[in-house]
Amino acid sequence: MSTSDVKLLGGWPSPFVMRARIALNIKSVDYEFLQEKVGEKSELLLKSNPVYKKIPVLIHADKPICESLIIVQYIDEVWTSGPSILPSDPYDRAIARFWAAYIDDKWFPSVRGIALIAEGDEEKKEAVQEVATGLELLEDAFPKCNKGGNFFGGERIGYLDIALGCFLAWLRVTEKLNNVKLLDEAKTPNLCKWAESFCSDAAVKDVMPETDKLLGFAKVLMARFKAPPAN
Amino acid sequence: MAEEVKLFRNWSSPFALRIVWALKLKGIEYETILEDLQNKSSLLLQYNPVHKKVPVLLHNGKPILESLVILEYIEETWKQHPLLPEDPFEKATARFWARFNDEELLPSIRDASTKQGKEQEEAIVQVEENLKYVEEKLKGNVFFGGETIGYLDLAFGWLANLVSVLEEVTGLSLTASGKFPLLSAWMQNFSDAPVIKECWPPRDKLIIKYQAMIEKYTAVAAPK
Repeated sequence: MSTSDVKLLGGWPSPFVMRARIALNIKSVDYEFLQEKVGEKSELLLKSNPVYKKIPVLIHADKPICESLIIVQYIDEVWTSGPSILPSDPYDRAIARFWAAYIDDKWFPSVRGIALIAEGDEEKKEAVQEVATGLELLEDAFPKCNKGGNFFGGERIGYLDIALGCFLAWLRVTEKLNNVKLLDEAKTPNLCKWAESFCSDAAVKDVMPETDKLLGFAKVLMARFKAPPAN
Repeated sequence: MAEEVKLFRNWSSPFALRIVWALKLKGIEYETILEDLQNKSSLLLQYNPVHKKVPVLLHNGKPILESLVILEYIEETWKQHPLLPEDPFEKATARFWARFNDEELLPSIRDASTKQGKEQEEAIVQVEENLKYVEEKLKGNVFFGGETIGYLDLAFGWLANLVSVLEEVTGLSLTASGKFPLLSAWMQNFSDAPVIKECWPPRDKLIIKYQAMIEKYTAVAAPK
């Protein structure tokens, strides 16, 4: 299969795009990475994802697949010769899907909420607590999923690792920008150890942005929001 | 091997109904545990401590949560009467539209039904845009699943049940206008399917429930 058969529309800072890249790396799939310009949406993006107009979009043999977790499952189901991303047991799959949905529907919005809350101390404390509570739930879930391995997926990174791990760089950036500790070794030792293993995994290393680079990007983005609208 | 399948649900939750339909379509025997959501059982709270919601499927003592996750679990565990397409692209498409229902369509209909003034007008516009997508998906098909009911029909199924209830209670015209002929036909076909027909929550009870819910929202939204 030629490289141009698989295209990924995305951007290096996006954790959602990272999910797709990690999955493609796990399966050793060559792909063309088409990076969107920040603040602009390409014709191809608007055509491929008319409903949400968002990245990532995987384009495989000219067919677009949207929504990062759906893309990851698609990659797992198409490239079956590579290592499996979802667990094989239906119950384990249900657990992984449950936590991934929790992360997207509840947990990550609470992380994003910290940055969006203006300086009032009380509200920020509540937002931080919400993030911490979510991490404690995941900390609890870890030994129920990992079957003795370093990852939620066991010996190798899997669906839930990807679903959560993609946010690690943004988590660090949020900690720095808001002077808070979110991933705390005292409270979530399993997750801290897991985070290290995740970030050094071969499928992740090259697509996880460096914290400083992402910090720079975040600052530019925040300045843009504070600046008067362009149109 | 004796299977133990239990479903925690309440009488009306559209999310729980998805599971009832899936279990019936696959001919799986199960026990219903009816919950009163104003007074949740300790078992429900034990099995779903994170969200404290229905539905919860219990299979041989193990809980599975979140309706779309449960549907996939049922599909993978009981292979008869497949609900999802085999082709990965078709499957991804079905999953996308099910998420669209839960994240976009359902909230927009809820907003159109419960908000007032300008917010309501905007919600109604959004509902129309969303329904256009759904109408498009039905071109050339009786059901979203093709010739037979599938996963996406179960995801959208609540529309066949509740849209007319909401229209009656609010006076809004969501699909009654005839703007979405394929969708209207699907709602009829879906409602008429034997497995679906026998599980419909009583309409008069639904009218009372949604009337009360909308009155509550309207009262809360009274001039600030």
